[in-house]
Amino acid sequence: MTVPRFWREIPQRYNLIGSKCGSCGTVDFPPRTICPHCRRKSIGKMEDIKLSGKGEIVSYSIVREAPEGFEIQVPYAMALIKLDDGPTLTAQIVDCELEEVKIGARVEAVFRRIQEESKSGVIYYGYKFQLAMPQVK
Amino acid sequence: MRDVAVIGVGMTKFGELWEQSLRDLITEAGMKAIADANLSGSDIDGAYVGTMSAGKFVGQEHIAPLVVDMAGLSNTHIPAVRVEAGDASGSVAFREAYLAVASGAHELVIAGGVEKMTDVSSSQMVNIQSTSCDQEWEAFFGASMSSLYGMMARAHMHRYGTTREQLAAVAVKNHANGVLNPNARFKFPIKPEDVLKAGMVADPLTTYDCAPASDGAAAVILCSMERARKFTDKPIRIAASVQASDTIALHDRRDICTMDSVVLAAKKAYAQAGITAEKVNLAEVHDAYTIGEIMAIEDLGFAEKGKGGIAAASGETALTGRIPINTSGGMKARGHPLGATGIAQIIEIVDQLKGRAGGRQVKDAKFGLAQSVGGTGATAVVNILEGGL
Ligand SMILES: [Zn+2]
Repeated sequence: MTVPRFWREIPQRYNLIGSKCGSCGTVDFPPRTICPHCRRKSIGKMEDIKLSGKGEIVSYSIVREAPEGFEIQVPYAMALIKLDDGPTLTAQIVDCELEEVKIGARVEAVFRRIQEESKSGVIYYGYKFQLAMPQVK
Repeated sequence: MRDVAVIGVGMTKFGELWEQSLRDLITEAGMKAIADANLSGSDIDGAYVGTMSAGKFVGQEHIAPLVVDMAGLSNTHIPAVRVEAGDASGSVAFREAYLAVASGAHELVIAGGVEKMTDVSSSQMVNIQSTSCDQEWEAFFGASMSSLYGMMARAHMHRYGTTREQLAAVAVKNHANGVLNPNARFKFPIKPEDVLKAGMVADPLTTYDCAPASDGAAAVILCSMERARKFTDKPIRIAASVQASDTIALHDRRDICTMDSVVLAAKKAYAQAGITAEKVNLAEVHDAYTIGEIMAIEDLGFAEKGKGGIAAASGETALTGRIPINTSGGMKARGHPLGATGIAQIIEIVDQLKGRAGGRQVKDAKFGLAQSVGGTGATAVVNILEGGL
């Protein structure tokens, strides 16, 4: 299966730009054009907001049977990450042992190759997350 | 809205059916349903067909008129509608057929479901199954459907103390029921260690926590309750049919240990049927993954939130338990041909309420419930059927 062309050109995937509702202040990622809380009141008031890329693992799973384009990466960790900015997203956890992936672990965004299309050789980039460095107190 | 009854049912065996094409499957199921209802076929005035991804699995779209054509009914020129709602497609097709008859717009309607899944490679299968997730913000990053259910399972274990053994108990119980179902794909019993020691698909879920991709079709015939007695002396009334939705992506849900869409659909369905969860005698629920069944029995009110695993392991949901769940073997043992599953659930409930479920018969069942989920819960359907009328 080929990735539709418009997917490749989603800039929010590279720079973690979300949306902020000018009416109630809710931050969404991926960005929305309408706030689910304010609906009509939010039209024209949604602003771009750069997210910190820092957050915490809500839950995770280790993928061992991969979708097409991900076969060479198995086993890899997929996680739901609650960002400090509010929204939750889905991403891989990389650069660590799989056993180190835990609910509640602090993580931060990095930019990496996501998948490769074997037929065309096209490579897609986007965010992954790694465990945050322990804070020195 | 008038009362609606199910007057006939039919299904194929579920499994890896090399010799049967998609059109063979749905035609067989439809013909069996028409025969079960004692109809000729020409009296049917509408058709609804649920299929999730016929286009990707076998390259065929525009399924609904094809099905009517193959059933030899093209000269009736009846409207034929294809319904897609992920792996809840069959249940939504059933509900659309119900609404068509309840509203008076149609008199005699067939609702079917079909999927021909086993012609594609295993990685293609993973991709196609995940098309009912958010393609741009889940699948793009490498999430498979199994891994999203794996995350629900992991969170449920972390928060409520649910164990791998409790998940395994769901698969063991459903295989035990499948042994008693002639149409089931897996008619052999399994042990807890078979589940625990099987290969991991997406931690903490092993192969045996996942329902098998299968080929199969199922169909049912609906008409008004008033007219139903002309065709059968045991009409089964549709006491409630409710559908709800939620965010497409799991990461946008209020909580990943509860499917709000299921909770809401169940609440409305119990109100429509005028009953409480305690009155339900048996249920078919969405066990595409074992954690799905545990969350379902909680969200439907058969077990307290967080205690679904205990209920499964203690035998409360077994054939002879307090509330038998997935007497057919569920998706785990009956097989899970995506679009056909919702209709197959209805058929199990109908057979149980008519007292013709053979070795897996639940005694004196009056109310049966079928719960179906599309994707990770973006679509939920709850149907309640009533027998003994
Ligand atoms: Zn708002």
